[in-house]
Amino acid sequence: MLIKNASDIRSSEITPQNVYLNRRKFLTGVAVAGAAAVAGRGIKELMLPSMRASAGQKIDGIQKSALSTTEKITPYNDVTHYNNYYEFSTEKEEPASLAKDFKTRPWTVKIDGAVKKKLEFGVDDVIKFATPEERIYRHRCVEGWSIVVPWVGYSLSELIKKAEPLGKAKFVEFITKYAPNEMPGQRREVLQWPYVEGLRMDEAMHPLALLCFGMYGEALPNQDGAPLRLVIPWKYGFKSAKAIVRIHFTDSQPMTSWNLANPPAFGFYSNVNPNVETYHSQAYERRLGEFRPRQTQMFNGYDQVAGLYSGMDLKKNY
Amino acid sequence: MIRYIKIVVFGICLIPLGILLSKFFGPHPFDMSGWGLGLGANPVEALEHGFGDWTLRFLLVTLSITPLRKLLQVPSLIKFRRMMGLFAFFYGCAHFTTYLWLDKFFNLHEILLDVAKRKYITVGFTGFVLLIPLALTSTAGWIRRLGGKRWLALHRLIYAAAIAGVIHYLWLVKADIRKPLEYGAVLAVLLGYRVVVWWMALAKRRPMPVASTEVVTGR
Repeated sequence: MLIKNASDIRSSEITPQNVYLNRRKFLTGVAVAGAAAVAGRGIKELMLPSMRASAGQKIDGIQKSALSTTEKITPYNDVTHYNNYYEFSTEKEEPASLAKDFKTRPWTVKIDGAVKKKLEFGVDDVIKFATPEERIYRHRCVEGWSIVVPWVGYSLSELIKKAEPLGKAKFVEFITKYAPNEMPGQRREVLQWPYVEGLRMDEAMHPLALLCFGMYGEALPNQDGAPLRLVIPWKYGFKSAKAIVRIHFTDSQPMTSWNLANPPAFGFYSNVNPNVETYHSQAYERRLGEFRPRQTQMFNGYDQVAGLYSGMDLKKNY
Repeated sequence: MIRYIKIVVFGICLIPLGILLSKFFGPHPFDMSGWGLGLGANPVEALEHGFGDWTLRFLLVTLSITPLRKLLQVPSLIKFRRMMGLFAFFYGCAHFTTYLWLDKFFNLHEILLDVAKRKYITVGFTGFVLLIPLALTSTAGWIRRLGGKRWLALHRLIYAAAIAGVIHYLWLVKADIRKPLEYGAVLAVLLGYRVVVWWMALAKRRPMPVASTEVVTGR
Protein backbone atom coordinates (compact mmCIF):
# COMPACT_ATOMS: atom_id res chain seq x y z
CA MET A 1 0.00 0.00 0.00
CA LEU A 2 2.86 2.31 0.75
CA ILE A 3 4.63 1.38 -2.43
CA LYS A 4 3.56 3.92 -4.95
CA ASN A 5 4.95 5.12 -8.23
CA ALA A 6 7.29 2.18 -8.35
CA SER A 7 7.50 2.74 -12.08
CA ASP A 8 8.86 6.29 -12.08
CA ILE A 9 11.93 5.51 -10.05
CA ARG A 10 14.72 7.86 -10.83
CA SER A 11 16.92 7.49 -7.83
CA SER A 12 17.58 3.85 -8.56
CA GLU A 13 19.53 4.89 -11.63
CA ILE A 14 22.07 6.66 -9.52
CA THR A 15 21.82 4.76 -6.30
CA PRO A 16 23.05 1.21 -6.07
CA GLN A 17 20.27 -0.95 -4.78
CA ASN A 18 22.39 -2.31 -1.96
CA VAL A 19 22.69 1.18 -0.53
CA TYR A 20 19.02 1.20 0.17
CA LEU A 21 19.04 -2.34 1.42
CA ASN A 22 20.84 -1.20 4.49
CA ARG A 23 20.39 -2.15 8.09
CA ARG A 24 17.52 0.27 8.55
CA LYS A 25 15.14 -1.91 6.67
CA PHE A 26 15.21 -4.20 9.69
CA LEU A 27 14.26 -1.35 11.90
CA THR A 28 10.61 -1.49 11.09
CA GLY A 29 10.87 -5.20 10.63
CA VAL A 30 8.48 -5.07 7.73
CA ALA A 31 8.42 -6.79 4.42
CA VAL A 32 12.08 -7.68 4.33
CA ALA A 33 11.75 -10.14 1.50
CA GLY A 34 9.19 -8.11 -0.36
CA ALA A 35 11.08 -4.90 0.02
CA ALA A 36 14.22 -6.43 -1.37
CA ALA A 37 12.43 -6.96 -4.63
CA VAL A 38 11.58 -3.30 -5.00
CA ALA A 39 14.35 -0.90 -5.69
CA GLY A 40 14.92 2.66 -4.63
CA ARG A 41 12.11 4.83 -3.53
CA GLY A 42 9.73 2.04 -2.65
CA ILE A 43 11.99 0.66 0.02
CA LYS A 44 12.89 4.08 1.25
CA GLU A 45 9.28 4.76 1.99
CA LEU A 46 8.76 1.40 3.60
CA MET A 47 11.53 1.97 6.06
CA LEU A 48 10.12 4.74 8.17
CA PRO A 49 6.64 6.13 7.63
CA SER A 50 7.63 9.35 9.40
CA MET A 51 10.18 10.01 6.70
CA ARG A 52 7.51 10.52 4.10
CA ALA A 53 6.06 13.50 5.86
CA SER A 54 9.32 15.44 5.67
CA ALA A 55 10.66 14.06 2.43
CA GLY A 56 9.86 16.32 -0.45
CA GLN A 57 8.36 16.05 -3.86
CA LYS A 58 10.13 14.56 -6.82
CA ILE A 59 12.06 17.11 -8.89
CA ASP A 60 11.65 16.83 -12.66
CA GLY A 61 14.25 17.26 -15.36
CA ILE A 62 17.36 16.72 -13.26
CA GLN A 63 20.56 16.63 -15.31
CA LYS A 64 23.58 14.60 -14.35
CA SER A 65 26.78 16.47 -13.60
CA ALA A 66 30.42 15.79 -14.42
CA LEU A 67 31.26 17.18 -10.98
CA SER A 68 29.67 14.18 -9.28
CA THR A 69 31.70 11.54 -7.48
CA THR A 70 31.15 7.86 -8.16
CA GLU A 71 31.59 6.94 -4.51
CA LYS A 72 28.93 4.97 -2.73
CA ILE A 73 26.01 7.17 -1.72
CA THR A 74 25.15 7.36 1.97
CA PRO A 75 21.74 5.86 2.81
CA TYR A 76 18.94 8.41 2.73
CA ASN A 77 17.88 7.54 6.23
CA ASP A 78 21.30 8.45 7.66
CA VAL A 79 21.38 11.77 5.82
CA THR A 80 17.92 12.63 7.12
CA HIS A 81 18.38 11.45 10.71
CA TYR A 82 21.83 12.73 11.58
CA ASN A 83 21.75 16.49 11.17
CA ASN A 84 23.74 19.27 12.71
CA TYR A 85 21.02 21.87 12.61
CA TYR A 86 21.29 23.88 15.81
CA GLU A 87 18.23 25.97 14.92
CA PHE A 88 16.25 22.88 15.85
CA SER A 89 18.48 21.01 18.29
CA THR A 90 22.08 20.41 19.21
CA GLU A 91 21.34 16.66 19.15
CA LYS A 92 21.83 15.30 15.65
CA GLU A 93 18.96 12.81 15.89
CA GLU A 94 16.38 15.45 16.74
CA PRO A 95 15.98 17.83 13.76
CA ALA A 96 14.25 15.02 11.81
CA SER A 97 11.23 15.23 14.08
CA LEU A 98 11.55 18.83 15.31
CA ALA A 99 11.66 20.25 11.77
CA LYS A 100 8.55 18.42 10.66
CA ASP A 101 6.24 21.44 10.91
CA PHE A 102 8.76 24.02 9.74
CA LYS A 103 7.06 26.22 7.12
CA THR A 104 9.08 26.51 3.93
CA ARG A 105 6.33 28.23 1.88
CA PRO A 106 5.79 31.07 1.28
CA TRP A 107 9.51 31.84 1.34
CA THR A 108 11.22 34.93 0.03
CA VAL A 109 14.88 35.25 -0.83
CA LYS A 110 16.37 38.74 -0.84
CA ILE A 111 19.53 39.71 -2.66
CA ASP A 112 21.04 43.03 -1.63
CA GLY A 113 24.15 44.96 -0.64
CA ALA A 114 26.83 45.78 -3.20
CA VAL A 115 24.82 44.82 -6.27
CA LYS A 116 23.53 46.65 -9.29
CA LYS A 117 20.11 45.01 -8.97
CA LYS A 118 18.57 44.46 -5.57
CA LEU A 119 16.27 41.50 -6.02
CA GLU A 120 13.57 39.69 -4.17
CA PHE A 121 12.17 36.35 -5.29
CA GLY A 122 9.89 33.63 -4.09
CA VAL A 123 11.91 30.49 -3.56
CA ASP A 124 9.96 28.60 -6.24
CA ASP A 125 11.15 31.16 -8.79
CA VAL A 126 14.74 30.86 -7.62
CA ILE A 127 14.57 27.13 -8.15
CA LYS A 128 13.54 27.65 -11.77
CA PHE A 129 16.37 30.03 -12.73
CA ALA A 130 18.57 27.22 -14.03
CA THR A 131 18.39 23.56 -14.94
CA PRO A 132 18.50 21.40 -11.81
CA GLU A 133 21.60 19.26 -11.69
CA GLU A 134 22.36 16.29 -9.57
CA ARG A 135 25.71 16.79 -7.83
CA ILE A 136 26.90 13.80 -5.88
CA TYR A 137 29.32 15.38 -3.42
CA ARG A 138 31.37 14.28 -0.47
CA HIS A 139 30.32 16.22 2.61
CA ARG A 140 32.71 16.41 5.56
CA CYS A 141 31.68 17.62 9.00
CA VAL A 142 34.19 19.34 11.25
CA GLU A 143 33.22 16.76 13.89
CA GLY A 144 35.00 14.06 11.92
CA TRP A 145 32.26 12.26 10.00
CA SER A 146 31.37 12.38 6.35
CA ILE A 147 28.61 11.44 3.93
CA VAL A 148 28.11 11.23 0.16
CA VAL A 149 24.92 12.95 -0.94
CA PRO A 150 23.22 13.33 -4.34
CA TRP A 151 22.26 16.98 -3.95
CA VAL A 152 20.03 18.75 -6.47
CA GLY A 153 20.58 22.36 -7.41
CA TYR A 154 22.62 24.57 -9.68
CA SER A 155 25.82 26.56 -9.38
CA LEU A 156 25.44 29.48 -7.00
CA SER A 157 27.14 31.68 -9.60
CA GLU A 158 23.98 31.48 -11.78
CA LEU A 159 21.97 33.31 -9.15
CA ILE A 160 24.76 35.74 -8.27
CA LYS A 161 25.09 36.80 -11.90
CA LYS A 162 21.44 37.86 -11.93
CA ALA A 163 22.11 40.45 -9.23
CA GLU A 164 25.16 41.87 -11.05
CA PRO A 165 27.47 42.43 -8.07
CA LEU A 166 29.50 45.64 -8.04
CA GLY A 167 33.28 45.70 -8.09
CA LYS A 168 33.45 46.41 -4.39
CA ALA A 169 31.58 43.20 -3.59
CA LYS A 170 34.38 41.08 -2.16
CA PHE A 171 32.34 38.77 0.05
CA VAL A 172 28.90 37.19 0.10
CA GLU A 173 27.00 36.79 3.31
CA PHE A 174 24.24 34.21 3.67
CA ILE A 175 21.63 35.08 6.26
CA THR A 176 19.30 32.31 7.25
CA LYS A 177 15.84 32.00 8.74
CA TYR A 178 15.11 33.38 12.19
CA ALA A 179 11.85 31.95 13.52
CA PRO A 180 12.19 30.89 17.16
CA ASN A 181 8.53 29.87 17.27
CA GLU A 182 9.20 27.27 14.57
CA MET A 183 12.86 26.59 15.32
CA PRO A 184 13.06 25.62 18.99
CA GLY A 185 16.86 25.66 19.03
CA GLN A 186 16.80 29.41 18.42
CA ARG A 187 15.16 29.96 21.79
CA ARG A 188 18.55 29.38 23.37
CA GLU A 189 21.63 31.46 22.63
CA VAL A 190 23.83 28.54 21.62
CA LEU A 191 24.96 30.43 18.53
CA GLN A 192 24.28 33.89 17.25
CA TRP A 193 20.89 33.89 15.50
CA PRO A 194 20.10 34.11 12.72
CA TYR A 195 22.82 31.78 11.57
CA VAL A 196 25.12 33.61 9.20
CA GLU A 197 27.71 32.15 6.86
CA GLY A 198 29.92 33.73 4.28
CA LEU A 199 32.18 33.13 1.31
CA ARG A 200 34.74 35.14 -0.54
CA MET A 201 33.39 36.27 -3.91
CA ASP A 202 35.63 33.96 -5.95
CA GLU A 203 34.68 31.01 -3.74
CA ALA A 204 31.01 31.75 -4.26
CA MET A 205 31.51 31.97 -8.03
CA HIS A 206 33.31 28.64 -8.23
CA PRO A 207 31.21 26.14 -10.20
CA LEU A 208 31.41 23.59 -7.37
CA ALA A 209 29.58 25.96 -5.00
CA LEU A 210 26.01 24.71 -5.17
CA LEU A 211 22.75 26.45 -4.53
CA CYS A 212 20.77 23.45 -3.40
CA PHE A 213 17.06 22.72 -3.08
CA GLY A 214 16.89 18.96 -3.35
CA MET A 215 18.54 15.64 -2.66
CA TYR A 216 17.99 12.04 -3.74
CA GLY A 217 15.87 13.34 -6.61
CA GLU A 218 13.40 15.09 -4.33
CA ALA A 219 12.89 18.46 -2.66
CA LEU A 220 15.05 18.91 0.44
CA PRO A 221 13.60 17.55 3.65
CA ASN A 222 13.21 20.27 6.27
CA GLN A 223 15.96 18.87 8.49
CA ASP A 224 18.44 19.02 5.61
CA GLY A 225 18.02 22.73 5.00
CA ALA A 226 14.79 23.23 3.03
CA PRO A 227 13.83 25.13 1.06
CA LEU A 228 17.19 26.54 -0.06
CA ARG A 229 20.71 25.90 1.17
CA LEU A 230 24.32 26.03 0.14
CA VAL A 231 26.56 23.06 -0.46
CA ILE A 232 30.25 23.93 -0.45
CA PRO A 233 31.86 20.50 -0.74
CA TRP A 234 35.48 21.52 -0.11
CA LYS A 235 34.65 23.18 3.21
CA TYR A 236 33.44 21.78 6.51
CA GLY A 237 29.71 21.25 6.61
CA PHE A 238 28.85 24.25 8.77
CA LYS A 239 29.86 26.57 5.91
CA SER A 240 26.93 25.22 3.89
CA ALA A 241 24.19 27.43 5.34
CA LYS A 242 20.64 26.07 5.45
CA ALA A 243 17.24 27.78 5.06
CA ILE A 244 18.67 30.88 3.38
CA VAL A 245 16.51 34.03 3.31
CA ARG A 246 18.99 36.72 2.31
CA ILE A 247 22.15 36.93 0.23
CA HIS A 248 24.10 40.05 1.02
CA PHE A 249 27.13 41.32 -0.93
CA THR A 250 29.72 43.26 1.03
CA ASP A 251 33.25 44.61 0.86
CA SER A 252 34.32 43.20 4.23
CA GLN A 253 34.63 39.68 5.58
CA PRO A 254 31.33 38.71 7.20
CA MET A 255 31.09 37.78 10.86
CA THR A 256 29.89 34.20 10.71
CA SER A 257 28.05 32.38 13.49
CA TRP A 258 30.57 29.65 14.26
CA ASN A 259 33.49 32.01 13.91
CA LEU A 260 31.85 34.31 16.47
CA ALA A 261 31.13 31.39 18.80
CA ASN A 262 34.71 30.13 18.87
CA PRO A 263 37.16 32.02 16.65
CA PRO A 264 40.22 29.80 17.19
CA ALA A 265 38.30 26.63 16.42
CA PHE A 266 36.18 27.72 13.45
CA GLY A 267 37.95 29.96 11.00
CA PHE A 268 36.27 31.94 8.25
CA TYR A 269 37.64 29.75 5.46
CA SER A 270 37.22 26.35 7.15
CA ASN A 271 38.45 24.47 4.12
CA VAL A 272 38.70 20.74 4.74
CA ASN A 273 42.36 20.32 5.61
CA PRO A 274 43.84 17.21 7.23
CA ASN A 275 46.98 19.14 8.19
CA VAL A 276 45.33 21.84 10.25
CA GLU A 277 43.97 20.96 13.65
CA THR A 278 41.09 23.18 14.41
CA TYR A 279 38.41 21.97 16.73
CA HIS A 280 40.26 18.65 16.90
CA SER A 281 42.41 16.49 14.65
CA GLN A 282 41.08 16.51 11.11
CA ALA A 283 43.41 13.86 9.68
CA TYR A 284 40.76 11.13 9.65
CA GLU A 285 37.05 10.88 9.17
CA ARG A 286 34.35 8.26 9.56
CA ARG A 287 32.14 7.82 6.55
CA LEU A 288 28.68 7.03 7.89
CA GLY A 289 27.98 3.35 7.37
CA GLU A 290 31.66 2.42 7.38
CA PHE A 291 33.44 0.75 10.23
CA ARG A 292 37.00 1.95 9.79
CA PRO A 293 38.03 5.59 9.71
CA ARG A 294 39.43 6.87 6.41
CA GLN A 295 42.01 9.52 5.73
CA THR A 296 40.70 13.01 5.08
CA GLN A 297 41.77 14.58 1.79
CA MET A 298 42.91 18.14 1.25
CA PHE A 299 39.92 20.26 0.16
CA ASN A 300 37.88 17.11 0.76
CA GLY A 301 39.35 15.79 -2.49
CA TYR A 302 38.22 18.80 -4.57
CA ASP A 303 41.66 19.83 -5.79
CA GLN A 304 40.16 22.07 -8.46
CA VAL A 305 39.61 24.76 -5.82
CA ALA A 306 43.30 24.90 -4.83
CA GLY A 307 43.84 27.82 -7.21
CA LEU A 308 41.51 29.98 -5.13
CA TYR A 309 44.03 29.87 -2.31
CA SER A 310 47.34 30.04 -4.13
CA GLY A 311 49.81 32.17 -2.23
CA MET A 312 47.78 31.93 0.97
CA ASP A 313 49.13 30.31 4.11
CA LEU A 314 46.34 27.85 4.82
CA LYS A 315 47.68 27.11 8.29
CA LYS A 316 47.00 30.72 9.19
CA ASN A 317 43.92 31.22 7.05
CA TYR A 318 42.04 28.14 8.13
CA MET B 1 20.18 -9.49 52.92
CA ILE B 2 22.77 -6.95 51.80
CA ARG B 3 24.36 -9.68 49.73
CA TYR B 4 21.20 -10.19 47.70
CA ILE B 5 20.67 -6.46 47.29
CA LYS B 6 24.24 -6.23 46.07
CA ILE B 7 23.58 -8.86 43.41
CA VAL B 8 20.49 -7.00 42.23
CA VAL B 9 22.34 -3.65 42.17
CA PHE B 10 25.20 -5.26 40.28
CA GLY B 11 22.75 -6.47 37.65
CA ILE B 12 21.15 -3.04 37.38
CA CYS B 13 24.53 -1.41 36.84
CA LEU B 14 25.10 -3.71 33.87
CA ILE B 15 21.90 -2.63 32.12
CA PRO B 16 23.45 0.39 30.34
CA LEU B 17 26.20 -1.87 29.01
CA GLY B 18 23.64 -4.40 27.83
CA ILE B 19 21.53 -1.79 26.07
CA LEU B 20 24.46 -0.08 24.37
CA LEU B 21 26.05 -3.33 23.19
CA SER B 22 22.81 -4.92 22.03
CA LYS B 23 22.00 -1.81 20.02
CA PHE B 24 25.53 -1.70 18.65
CA PHE B 25 25.54 -5.31 17.48
CA GLY B 26 21.88 -5.41 16.57
CA PRO B 27 19.67 -8.48 16.40
CA HIS B 28 22.14 -10.30 14.18
CA PRO B 29 25.40 -10.35 16.11
CA PHE B 30 28.52 -10.80 13.99
CA ASP B 31 26.58 -9.99 10.85
CA MET B 32 28.38 -6.76 10.03
CA SER B 33 25.68 -5.60 7.62
CA GLY B 34 23.53 -4.89 10.65
CA TRP B 35 26.17 -3.32 12.89
CA GLY B 36 25.18 -0.30 14.85
CA LEU B 37 21.49 -0.94 14.47
CA GLY B 38 19.62 1.19 16.93
CA LEU B 39 22.47 3.54 17.74
CA GLY B 40 21.70 5.87 14.85
CA ALA B 41 23.74 6.89 11.85
CA ASN B 42 27.06 6.99 13.70
CA PRO B 43 27.08 4.01 16.07
CA VAL B 44 30.73 4.33 17.07
CA GLU B 45 30.20 7.90 18.22
CA ALA B 46 27.00 6.90 20.04
CA LEU B 47 28.75 4.02 21.80
CA GLU B 48 31.72 6.17 22.79
CA HIS B 49 29.51 8.95 24.11
CA GLY B 50 27.20 6.46 25.85
CA PHE B 51 30.08 4.91 27.79
CA GLY B 52 31.43 8.36 28.61
CA ASP B 53 28.07 9.47 29.96
CA TRP B 54 27.81 6.40 32.18
CA THR B 55 31.32 6.91 33.51
CA LEU B 56 30.35 10.38 34.68
CA ARG B 57 27.05 9.15 36.09
CA PHE B 58 28.71 6.41 38.12
CA LEU B 59 31.33 8.84 39.40
CA LEU B 60 28.55 11.09 40.61
CA VAL B 61 26.67 8.17 42.17
CA THR B 62 29.85 7.10 43.95
CA LEU B 63 30.35 10.61 45.27
CA SER B 64 26.76 10.85 46.46
CA ILE B 65 26.96 7.74 48.69
CA THR B 66 28.59 9.50 51.64
CA PRO B 67 26.26 12.53 51.67
CA LEU B 68 23.22 10.29 51.23
CA ARG B 69 24.10 7.92 54.04
CA LYS B 70 24.57 10.89 56.36
CA LEU B 71 21.54 12.84 55.28
CA LEU B 72 19.21 9.85 55.00
CA GLN B 73 20.86 8.12 57.94
CA VAL B 74 21.33 4.89 56.04
CA PRO B 75 24.88 3.97 57.01
CA SER B 76 24.74 0.66 55.16
CA LEU B 77 24.88 2.55 51.86
CA ILE B 78 28.64 2.55 52.35
CA LYS B 79 28.61 -1.09 51.36
CA PHE B 80 27.77 -0.03 47.80
CA ARG B 81 30.40 2.66 47.41
CA ARG B 82 33.16 0.39 46.16
CA MET B 83 30.86 -1.26 43.66
CA MET B 84 29.75 2.12 42.28
CA GLY B 85 33.34 3.31 42.06
CA LEU B 86 34.39 0.16 40.25
CA PHE B 87 31.51 0.53 37.81
CA ALA B 88 32.65 4.09 37.13
CA PHE B 89 36.07 2.66 36.34
CA PHE B 90 34.52 -0.12 34.27
CA TYR B 91 32.53 2.29 32.08
CA GLY B 92 35.61 4.50 31.90
CA CYS B 93 37.55 1.52 30.54
CA ALA B 94 34.79 0.83 28.02
CA HIS B 95 34.84 4.49 26.96
CA PHE B 96 38.63 4.47 26.63
CA THR B 97 38.62 1.17 24.74
CA THR B 98 36.01 2.46 22.31
CA TYR B 99 38.18 5.50 21.70
CA LEU B 100 41.36 3.46 21.20
CA TRP B 101 39.82 0.78 19.08
CA LEU B 102 36.71 1.87 17.19
CA ASP B 103 37.42 5.59 17.05
CA LYS B 104 41.18 5.57 16.41
CA PHE B 105 41.80 1.97 15.37
CA PHE B 106 44.94 1.92 17.54
CA ASN B 107 46.52 4.62 15.42
CA LEU B 108 49.27 5.36 17.95
CA HIS B 109 50.44 8.52 16.21
CA GLU B 110 46.96 10.05 16.30
CA ILE B 111 46.36 8.93 19.87
CA LEU B 112 49.62 10.41 21.18
CA LEU B 113 48.91 13.65 19.34
CA ASP B 114 45.45 13.68 20.88
CA VAL B 115 46.70 13.16 24.42
CA ALA B 116 49.51 15.67 24.06
CA LYS B 117 47.78 18.43 22.13
CA ARG B 118 44.02 18.21 22.48
CA LYS B 119 43.36 19.59 25.92
CA TYR B 120 39.99 17.89 26.26
CA ILE B 121 41.66 14.54 25.61
CA THR B 122 44.53 15.39 27.96
CA VAL B 123 42.19 16.16 30.81
CA GLY B 124 39.93 13.19 30.11
CA PHE B 125 42.88 10.84 29.91
CA THR B 126 44.21 12.26 33.18
CA GLY B 127 40.88 11.61 34.87
CA PHE B 128 40.91 8.03 33.62
CA VAL B 129 44.49 7.42 34.78
CA LEU B 130 43.63 8.80 38.23
CA LEU B 131 40.97 6.13 38.58
CA ILE B 132 43.42 3.26 38.02
CA PRO B 133 45.12 3.33 41.47
CA LEU B 134 41.71 3.69 43.07
CA ALA B 135 40.41 0.59 41.33
CA LEU B 136 43.58 -1.35 42.17
CA THR B 137 43.46 -0.44 45.87
CA SER B 138 39.74 -0.94 46.26
CA THR B 139 40.05 -4.21 48.18
CA ALA B 140 39.92 -4.68 51.94
CA GLY B 141 43.48 -6.00 51.76
CA TRP B 142 44.72 -2.73 50.32
CA ILE B 143 42.87 -0.68 52.94
CA ARG B 144 44.70 -2.71 55.58
CA ARG B 145 48.04 -2.46 53.86
CA LEU B 146 47.83 1.30 53.32
CA GLY B 147 46.15 2.07 56.60
CA GLY B 148 42.80 3.80 56.76
CA LYS B 149 44.05 7.37 56.70
CA ARG B 150 46.46 6.92 53.84
CA TRP B 151 43.88 4.94 51.91
CA LEU B 152 41.32 7.71 52.39
CA ALA B 153 43.81 10.33 51.31
CA LEU B 154 44.61 8.35 48.16
CA HIS B 155 40.97 7.85 47.34
CA ARG B 156 40.31 11.58 47.44
CA LEU B 157 41.74 11.39 43.91
CA ILE B 158 38.19 10.64 42.84
CA TYR B 159 37.43 14.35 43.33
CA ALA B 160 40.10 15.24 40.80
CA ALA B 161 38.98 12.46 38.46
CA ALA B 162 35.36 13.64 38.52
CA ILE B 163 36.36 17.27 37.95
CA ALA B 164 38.58 16.15 35.07
CA GLY B 165 35.69 14.16 33.62
CA VAL B 166 33.35 17.13 33.62
CA ILE B 167 35.99 19.44 32.14
CA HIS B 168 36.70 16.80 29.48
CA TYR B 169 33.04 16.95 28.46
CA LEU B 170 32.87 20.74 28.71
CA TRP B 171 35.85 21.24 26.42
CA LEU B 172 34.71 18.61 24.00
CA VAL B 173 31.35 20.08 23.01
CA LYS B 174 31.32 22.57 20.16
CA ALA B 175 28.91 25.15 21.51
CA ASP B 176 26.11 23.70 23.59
CA ILE B 177 27.50 23.36 27.11
CA ARG B 178 24.18 22.57 28.77
CA LYS B 179 24.79 18.87 29.38
CA PRO B 180 28.31 19.20 30.76
CA LEU B 181 27.03 22.01 32.97
CA GLU B 182 24.35 19.71 34.33
CA TYR B 183 26.99 17.19 35.35
CA GLY B 184 29.08 20.04 36.70
CA ALA B 185 26.21 21.35 38.83
CA VAL B 186 25.63 17.96 40.44
CA LEU B 187 29.36 17.57 41.04
CA ALA B 188 29.53 21.05 42.57
CA VAL B 189 26.80 20.15 45.05
CA LEU B 190 28.51 16.89 45.98
CA LEU B 191 31.90 18.54 46.43
CA GLY B 192 30.31 21.54 48.13
CA TYR B 193 28.87 19.20 50.74
CA ARG B 194 32.39 18.02 51.55
CA VAL B 195 33.71 21.54 51.78
CA VAL B 196 30.96 22.43 54.25
CA VAL B 197 31.61 19.32 56.33
CA TRP B 198 35.33 19.99 56.29
CA TRP B 199 34.85 23.63 57.20
CA MET B 200 32.48 22.78 60.05
CA ALA B 201 34.90 20.20 61.38
CA LEU B 202 37.68 22.75 61.21
CA ALA B 203 35.60 25.33 63.06
CA LYS B 204 34.79 22.81 65.73
CA ARG B 205 38.39 21.82 66.08
CA ARG B 206 39.84 25.30 66.39
CA PRO B 207 38.87 26.04 70.02
CA MET B 208 39.78 22.51 70.99
CA PRO B 209 42.98 21.53 69.19
CA VAL B 210 42.63 17.86 70.03
CA ALA B 211 42.60 15.83 66.84
CA SER B 212 39.29 14.23 66.15
CA THR B 213 38.17 11.61 63.71
CA GLU B 214 35.52 13.95 62.37
CA VAL B 215 37.47 14.76 59.25
CA VAL B 216 37.69 11.14 58.31
CA THR B 217 34.16 10.12 59.08
CA GLY B 218 32.74 13.31 57.72
CA ARG B 219 33.87 12.45 54.28
